[in-house]
Amino acid sequence: MKRSGMLTVAITGMNAVPDNPGAGLAVARCLREAYGERLRIVGLGYDALDPGLHRREYCDSAHLISYPGSGADTLFSRLSEIHDTEHIDVLLPCLDAELPLMTRLAPKLAEIGIRSYLPEAEQIARRAKDRLAELARLAGVSSPETLSITHAEFFRDCEKNGWPFPLMVKGVFYDARMATCREDAESAFRAIAAEWGMPVLVQKRIKGEECNLAGVGDGTGALLGEVMMKKRATTSQGKAWAGISIHDEVLADAARRLVAALKWKGPIEVEVMRDAQGVYHLIEINPRFPAWIYLSQGVGRNLPALLLSLALGETPPPLAPPRPGLLFIRYAQETLVPLSSFEALMVEGRSALEHDKA
Amino acid sequence: MEKNPVSHGKSVDLPKVEVLARLALSDSGFVFDPVTGNSFTVNGSGLAILRQLQHEADLARIITSLCAEFDIDALSAERDVIEFASLLRNAFK
Repeated sequence: MKRSGMLTVAITGMNAVPDNPGAGLAVARCLREAYGERLRIVGLGYDALDPGLHRREYCDSAHLISYPGSGADTLFSRLSEIHDTEHIDVLLPCLDAELPLMTRLAPKLAEIGIRSYLPEAEQIARRAKDRLAELARLAGVSSPETLSITHAEFFRDCEKNGWPFPLMVKGVFYDARMATCREDAESAFRAIAAEWGMPVLVQKRIKGEECNLAGVGDGTGALLGEVMMKKRATTSQGKAWAGISIHDEVLADAARRLVAALKWKGPIEVEVMRDAQGVYHLIEINPRFPAWIYLSQGVGRNLPALLLSLALGETPPPLAPPRPGLLFIRYAQETLVPLSSFEALMVEGRSALEHDKA
Repeated sequence: MEKNPVSHGKSVDLPKVEVLARLALSDSGFVFDPVTGNSFTVNGSGLAILRQLQHEADLARIITSLCAEFDIDALSAERDVIEFASLLRNAFK
């Protein structure tokens, strides 16, 4: 329940398999450190086993919501139901797949008092993987050649047709796998098509080092508070397991041009490969914060806190100058969950973790 | 890269001063590049050369300075700098 003067923020993306965590838990951690106990955090998840929903230090309560595939009406109905008990001030979605639906629902959510800070549907579409090359051209940023395919037969003759292995095989919404041969590529195609649907994207592989930039677009074309990191260790899926903060004005400029071209509003992650000549090639733009966003708190540029202040219509807090040289190293640990808490999520779709604190 | 003449008529390519100047050098020999995020370690001689290169592009002056700092003749110092420059070129392509 909401206490007087308390701000309540609902955050999605509380899922976290060891090698591919959602960003929700890191966003909650940033906000908890910025706001302390002045903030109530409502964790929203799709599965009772989403570990973030059970972390008492970051979630004051937890609720299950309907999958985006259930449609806008079902999701709105569920969010309204949760709002009735939690009195949510701001909703921060953290997953790619839910963004189009959340954007569509934003005006209706605002009517019942839930604020958000999200891009328009067209902005989300323009940074989609199948339109990324067009956007990159417009912003004057290099990007690898990308092709939409609907049949695995493409890989039979791809090398003869100018698409030599290794290639990146990607889902329209999510997932990217490197294929070093035809068998790899066909297997990746089938797995991605089954999970994320058609088309499947094939991208020429750029050799180099992967760097990512996170920031917040203000909706008028400005990029606020960029934080950059270079991956120092990755999982088998290529996700960051360790990284280090960097600062390169060349990358910052490229990101500013992309954000300006999109007039992006809300959190954003720009993924690039830096080749041996130091040229950045755009490989993806994610419409949300990355799972490594806690690094932003570490370098004095707490981007989730900045986003929250924008959503509340406040002047964003001042940010520290860029601070390269701070490492993060991810690790997995077990969260212990009382059976009653798990039961409440399974049966009622909600779990008031604050009651367990007593 | 910047060309620099050496005593026997050849020249040595050094990474640009501005690239070397941005490096964070620790007394332990730990080197961090804040732009690329790369880090590496150098020994005492390498650290001394890097510190020189951060504010000095003239090879003759670097060699004179190294000879003053270490018990080494000019030819050996030049050889070390040329060898080290080759490593730096690979590190800062």
